This record gives sequence, structure tokens and C-alpha cells, in this order.
Amino acid sequence: MKIIVCVKQVPDTNEVKIDPVKGTLIREGVPSILNPDDANALEAALKIKDENPGTTVSVISMGPPQANIMLRECLGMGADDAYLLSDRAFGGADTCATSTTIAAGIRKIGEYDIVFAGRQAIDGDTAQVGPQVAQRLGIPVVSYVQDVKLGDGKVTVQRQLEDGYEVIEVQTPCLLTCVKELNEPRYMSIYHIMDTAKKEIPAWNHVDVNLDPANCGLNASPTQVFRSFTPEPKGKGEMLSGSVSEMAAQLVSRFNEKHLI
Amino acid sequence: MAVRVIKDKCKGCTKCTKNCPFEAISMDGKLAVIGDNCTGCGACIEACPFGAIEKVEEEKKGVDISAYSGVWVFAEQRDGKIMPVVLELLGEGKKLAKEVGCELCAVLLGDGVEALAKELFAYGADKVYLADDKELATYRTDAYTKVIYQAIEEYKPEIVLLGATHIGRDLGPCLAVNCGTGLTADCTKLEIDPDDKKIKQTRPAFGGNLMATIVCPNHRPQMSTVRPGVMQKAEKDESKTGEIVKLNVQFAEGDIRTKVLEVVKTAGEMVSLTDAEIIVAGGMGLGNAEGFELLKKLADKLGGTIAASRAAVDAGWIEHSYQVGQTGTTVKPKIYFACGISGAIQHLAGMQNSDYIVAINKNDSAPIFEVADYGIVGDLYQVIPAILEELEK
Repeated sequence: MKIIVCVKQVPDTNEVKIDPVKGTLIREGVPSILNPDDANALEAALKIKDENPGTTVSVISMGPPQANIMLRECLGMGADDAYLLSDRAFGGADTCATSTTIAAGIRKIGEYDIVFAGRQAIDGDTAQVGPQVAQRLGIPVVSYVQDVKLGDGKVTVQRQLEDGYEVIEVQTPCLLTCVKELNEPRYMSIYHIMDTAKKEIPAWNHVDVNLDPANCGLNASPTQVFRSFTPEPKGKGEMLSGSVSEMAAQLVSRFNEKHLI
Repeated sequence: MAVRVIKDKCKGCTKCTKNCPFEAISMDGKLAVIGDNCTGCGACIEACPFGAIEKVEEEKKGVDISAYSGVWVFAEQRDGKIMPVVLELLGEGKKLAKEVGCELCAVLLGDGVEALAKELFAYGADKVYLADDKELATYRTDAYTKVIYQAIEEYKPEIVLLGATHIGRDLGPCLAVNCGTGLTADCTKLEIDPDDKKIKQTRPAFGGNLMATIVCPNHRPQMSTVRPGVMQKAEKDESKTGEIVKLNVQFAEGDIRTKVLEVVKTAGEMVSLTDAEIIVAGGMGLGNAEGFELLKKLADKLGGTIAASRAAVDAGWIEHSYQVGQTGTTVKPKIYFACGISGAIQHLAGMQNSDYIVAINKNDSAPIFEVADYGIVGDLYQVIPAILEELEK
């Protein structure tokens, strides 16, 4: 079985702080990590590999050359190959253009049975690229996957809903986007780190994946950022004081005055 | 949009490199250089004290946008019931349609759902595009994408809104690729530009640390998914009627590549956080799963519901469906009690539009106090019983 996993290197947005005076983002010291949902996607692929000898797992990412560090991490977890789509021409891409580039990269890797991707990346939270890659590849997609069972020429998955889940049978090849409930990603192992230390990670530009620069990056992005800004804090209210029962009484009377309770 | 450094004005202060959320700017001696990571977000434009970074508008090929008209709302239904977010989309869609000067339409797919059209008219739809077919009984990506894509091609709406539900966030991206247009995810604010009548879509990005306003100038339709619980619900007017337009539904062998074998509802009802007027939410400060029982007492007393921060969900104390925040539900109740919640930006993103926020926390420097209307520094296990006692009086 051949599996391809789409991964992204993201800034750890949980570590981002806002400068309280200037209201701007403090980026210094924020680490770049493998996007959490993508780690679940890779784990899903590696689990299939554990249980089905002969399975190969390739990871692919689009990003700057530094994304190699994250791809090494994927190899350290047990992926067989890693590929990086990196080109100035890919820059400034929205989800629409990103999906074109990633689909082109997947085509270049070749045959596959399943493409895994994370549900969404924590720097954008759009959840769009996975389904869009599937559309471009012409394969069926199931998003929000929380359980995977392999069948013959098909996969049975659970698709998470707000109030439960659906059990869905989908034919292969297909693309599945994974949520964190699917599994617990493994750590890197010394064995895999050593084993892949010398492994080359090919970097592909638009020529390598047969894309016209007009069809990737900023040039092929229908959406544009008009402006961005840090959200205004709501502003501090009243700190109640006194004993616990006094504070409770104050609170209840404030809401009584406003006829809220 | 792209950004460009004006060489003569750049003084090499490096402020832009520090403010770039994507580490896309580097210094070449005393000159800032925009690198491949640039998403065109424009954070550097505001950060530059010298006005040395500017927006570059790009001429791009697009479609004949004048051929497109009307605001469409995807009338998502499950088990024959219109999802609450649809009423919010109709409320917002009506405003947008009025400003653009066009009609508001709903797109309804399902099996035996024609009767729901009446409800959509009552909530403001002028027209309902209806696809009624047994293959459309439950949502499936392939089937819904095909029908709605064909309808968009035929009737050419200018704006398409979907709820950012697990279904809308699956359908939206597939439709956008097929239509060759853009899609802005999880919008929290939509506005029509008074000059060119195009839509401006604002959404949280970067884990809620940054807000971005997105435009889709040269492609149609302009598409957005909208966070449930953010927009104002439409008013109901039972007397209002409208026109039903039946859509052509035909599936060939191989069109639909998935089969729904079973739909499983987990534990009880869908937690209706978005409709709750009073929410009592707990975080790590609870210390254990049992803590939610105390919160439930307060919630029950006030006729509200409980909720949780991501940390409490990750700790396994409560189900994900109760989670409020960036990756959970967005809420705006009349009163939001944040009990033992420190107030990470991701959590604030999901609740800071509540009418009143009460923060109860042992740590007097917890960020939650920055957004609270009323702050109580103390142990929630003492404070909440005291509030309950006070309510008994």
C-alpha cells in the first residue's frame, strides 16, 4: 500500500503573545512545529504501515527551506520519504492556490492508495486545503476522520460531527483529513533518526512539478488579504472585593439590577 | 495583495521582521527583504514607523463579475431540521442583499424537505433553490458538491454563505475549487464595501491572535463560511412567501464515491452552546472532572448550560462538544461565567462577545480578568457555593 501524508510547518500559535502596550504580535521565541492535526495524519499512516508490511509512507509539504527540519522530524517518526515544494513562485498562496501546488507534488510522487492530511493548520484554521487537494486530484474526500479501518479497495472511516459521527465507506484512492481524536502521535525514534539521517529530501520548484507560475502562489489566489489587525481587547471591568460571601452578594445584586437573573 | 519595501524609506529598524507573524522578512544589511513566507497579511505595513512598506495591488485575470447577482445561503438541514446557523446566515444575508441591492436565496438539499422552504421564506429568503432526491438524504461531499456547483454555474450568485459547521467546512472548499473561486473560512464579520459593493470578510487567524479582512475581488461567487453563533438571527415573519426553483438532480454511476453506513449520535442532545443565554464554563482550575457537577448546579439554577475550555477537554474531563474557543464553539450568552479558566487568546476568541463576563480565578493576574466585566479572585469551590447561596435568598 502506498500512502502520502500532507504536512505543514506552523508557528506554535499557543505560544504567541500580544504585546500589551503596542497591541502587536510577539513572534520572538515562538517555535515552529509540525502542525498538530498533521501529526495525527502521519500517525494514522504509520499505524497502517506497522500493520501492513510493504506499505510506504511519503510526506509532502509546501513551504520555505526551513520546513526541512519538520520533514526530518516526520522521517524520524518513521516516514520513508519526504518531499518539499519550495519556490518563490508558490509564495503568497491562498488555500485555492496551495491546493494546486500540493496536488501537483502528489502527482509527481506517483501512485497512492490513501492521502492523509490534517483537518486544519493552527496558523490559518481554514480546513480547506485537504478537501481542495482531493478535488484537484479527482479523488473522493472524507474530512474530520476520527477512525480508519482498511478494507479491500475501500476504507471505512468515522467522520466526526458536532453531535456524533457518521460511519462512511469510501473507495480508494481517497483523501482523508484527520482530527486529533484519531490517535496519539508517536515520538521520533533513534532508530529512524539514524536510519534517515543521510536521506535526501528533494526540493521541488514549479518547473519540477510542471506548474506555470501563473497557476500558483499569489498569482493564482482568488482571495487577498485586505488588511490585518490585532483584535481589540474588550477592556477591564470591575474587580469585586471583600469576603467570598460579600463578593457573591455583590455579583448577584449587579445582575439583579440589570434584570439578568 | 502583495507587499513591497520602498527602498529609499527603509531605515533598517527591523520592526517589521519582529512583527511579521510568518517570519517572512529578513534584513539585507540595512534593508528589509520580503521572503517566500509572505502571505501578504500586511502586519508589517502597520508596524513600519517610516511608511516604508506598501501594498501592491495586482492586476489579475478573473471572471466577468457583472454576470453574477444575488446572495445565496446554504440551508443546511440534518434529519429534516434546519440548522440554527442557517437562520443566522439568513439574518446576515438579508443585510448584505439589501446593501448590494439584490435578492436573498436559500439553497435547500435533502430528501422530502420541500416543506422546509416555508420556514426559509418566513426567515427572509425571497427564493429557495430546492434539490429533493433520495441520494441527498444525508450529506455527502460528492453529491452535494455536484448539485450546488451546477446550480451556481447556472444561476450565478454573487455571494454564497455557508455555516462553518463540519458539513459547511467540507462542502465550501470543494465548491470553491470547482467554481475556481476563493473561500474565506470561519468569518466573524461581513461587510459590503459601499463603493464597489464587494464583500469584505473578517476572520480570526493565527489562533485568534490576528484578525484578517479578506476580499475576493476578481472571482465569483464570493464565498464565506460563517462561524455559528456570531451573526444575528433573522426575524420570523410567517406571512412571507417566496418562489421555489427546483434544481436538476441527476447522478451517474461513480458520481458519488462514498456511502454513509450509519449515523451515530453520541451522548444525548447536541450541546446547544450557541443558543444558551447563560453559560458556566470551567477550565484547568476545576482540578478534576467532578468539578463540572458544581458548575452544573449553578447553570441549572440560572437556566443555563455548562461549557469548558480546551484544557479541560484535553484533560478528558468533558466532551469536545462543550468546548468554547477558537477550535470549539463561539458563544455570546448574556452572562458567561469563566471558572478556573486562565483566558488563553484561543478561549477569548470564542467568548469575548458575551454581554457580561464573570471571571472566577485564584490567580489575580490571569488574562481572563482583562476581559471580565466582573472579576472575583478566589477559589471557585468557595465562590460558586456562595453565589448559589446568595441566589437562594
